[in-house]
Amino acid sequence: MSGPLLEVQGLAKHFPVKQGAFGRLSGHVRAVDGVDFHLDAGETLAIVGESGCGKSTVGRLVLRLLEPTDGSVRFEGQDLLALSDSQMRAQRRRMQVIFQDPYASLNPRMTVGAMLSEPLMLHGLAASDAARRARVGELLELVGLRPEHARRYPHEFSGGQRQRLAIARALAVEPQLIVADEPVSALDVSIQAQVINLMRSLQARFGLAYVFISHDLAVVKHIADRIAVMYLGKIVETATTDELFRNPRHPYTRALLSAVPLPDPTVVRERALLEGDIPSAMNPPPGCRFHTRCRYARESCRIDVPVLVDDGAGHSTACPWWPEFPPAPLLAEGTGQDQDRLRLARLQAAFVTSQTEAT
Amino acid sequence: MTVAAVTPAAAATDAREENPWARAWRRLKRRKGAMFGLVVVVLFVLVAILAPLISPYDPVATSFTQVRKPPSWAHWLGTDEVGRDVLARIIWGARASLSAGLVSVGIALGIGVPLGLLAGYAGGWIDAVLSRIVDAMLAIPFLILAIALAAFLGPSLTNAMIAIGVTATPVFIRLTRGQTLAAKVEDYVEAARAVGNPHWRIALRHVLPNIVPPLLVQASLAIAGAIIAEAALSFLGLGQQPPAPSWGSMLNSAQRFIAQAPWMAFWPGFAIFFAVLSFNLLGDGLRDALDPRHK
Repeated sequence: MSGPLLEVQGLAKHFPVKQGAFGRLSGHVRAVDGVDFHLDAGETLAIVGESGCGKSTVGRLVLRLLEPTDGSVRFEGQDLLALSDSQMRAQRRRMQVIFQDPYASLNPRMTVGAMLSEPLMLHGLAASDAARRARVGELLELVGLRPEHARRYPHEFSGGQRQRLAIARALAVEPQLIVADEPVSALDVSIQAQVINLMRSLQARFGLAYVFISHDLAVVKHIADRIAVMYLGKIVETATTDELFRNPRHPYTRALLSAVPLPDPTVVRERALLEGDIPSAMNPPPGCRFHTRCRYARESCRIDVPVLVDDGAGHSTACPWWPEFPPAPLLAEGTGQDQDRLRLARLQAAFVTSQTEAT
Repeated sequence: MTVAAVTPAAAATDAREENPWARAWRRLKRRKGAMFGLVVVVLFVLVAILAPLISPYDPVATSFTQVRKPPSWAHWLGTDEVGRDVLARIIWGARASLSAGLVSVGIALGIGVPLGLLAGYAGGWIDAVLSRIVDAMLAIPFLILAIALAAFLGPSLTNAMIAIGVTATPVFIRLTRGQTLAAKVEDYVEAARAVGNPHWRIALRHVLPNIVPPLLVQASLAIAGAIIAEAALSFLGLGQQPPAPSWGSMLNSAQRFIAQAPWMAFWPGFAIFFAVLSFNLLGDGLRDALDPRHK
């Protein structure tokens, strides 16, 4: 494989803000302001961050559902932004999207069959009516529904089933990349696991690459190979999932991780909670954008704009001071080894308490 | 893990529901006013279609022995100033009124919906130009504009329909544009773009079907307005031409005999009143029945 499947460089989207009766331009919302990342075939990159950090906008820019203000998006080496309207439509076969709200993303006046047939028809993927019907049935079975469901309308399904339908629509064109914009945030927790498992098994089966946009690190941990943390339109840290959970470097990442609830009430941990709101993207703070809420902020952070620096092992951090910070406590349950460390810590804690009680 | 293992397919069979139109019909049936309107509208349509069969007399046959006779067994609703049977003229006049209502609203829908869809979906300068034209047309009172157009085109029922239709168009452009603006930011429209639909297909297959309910409501209300407009134009001599019957022209000739033969004015007025009331009731009922926020 030569090069990554998806390569994004300097991606930016500034929305103009107009005011008054005559639409006087009063500024720009810098929703996305210089984002770089890459994604290999079959890999899952999660983009996480608070609401309003621009992560959903990144998803739409990658698929060119929005036109970027600046930057480039290369898919298999091809610059998507240079394509004409009709060329782009043909390319949409290779990249698909799953939206957050399955109640809004399915056309209420189209049957499931019509909805799933449409991409087949648009991209000439079914030779005959019979082939098309067979493929629709196959798609429904792929996502755990039944072929008979093709005759129904979306409102006849539950939230989890609707999200399965949205996944089936995305799969119809056999894409290589799926951008999933908070695909489980609107679902019940019990349904979330089912949909995540479905997405994972489909990934294993078809070699899909996911850009998985979420604010929920607990969910991301189960599906992502790598994580990119976004704050106010910029990526502040990227690393593999294990590495990020074990060694979060950026103060913002640490704060995010410490906000992940642990399913064990006996664990006591130091929290690095954030205070205040995310600053306005219309008027972002100078220097490091996080300095207004950073517990380690110093004078130079107000002036110098930090860049994302790779440590050579694929862990990049947009904070030059991270080596000086105290080591991060184990903030959230990780995988494997971390699980053991956490269990050990718990055991020790229990031991200490029983000792003090005994004396 | 296999895909089948995570299947909650059984739930869909339990959650079986009726489709949106069946639900709207069920809710419409509960509304007495709307059902009354619907029954009267259907009745008027049947009368108009079956006019040659049910009309007791020729609507244009004059009789100088039967001038301005009050209602009787021979002439249930009386006769007019040249001895024509009022009932026969009301029945035949339903054709002019209803076809004026339907055809002119058809014209308004035919021009207004595509233009509104274009303005709302394309936006930019197309929207700006169309919207300013609509604003300009809406600034002129409906009837004045219809009268001016009908007078310009020349007096005939066809021209009256065209005049009313064109005059009713801006409302449909504006309504369609607004609904399109609201629908085009829905996720399912973005999803349609993401699967590779061309713009015309998104507009026709994904936006249009989702904005039909408010258009349907507006159309039924506009028919009522168009019937009044046709009556007004015929009253002024710009619509249906004598001797062919129309409710508006019947009113016109009745006004000179209002004291001596009030039945000549009463029946066409009554017919207009009921037709307009029924279409309005039906439109109001549809508005409630099709609004997803009502339970």
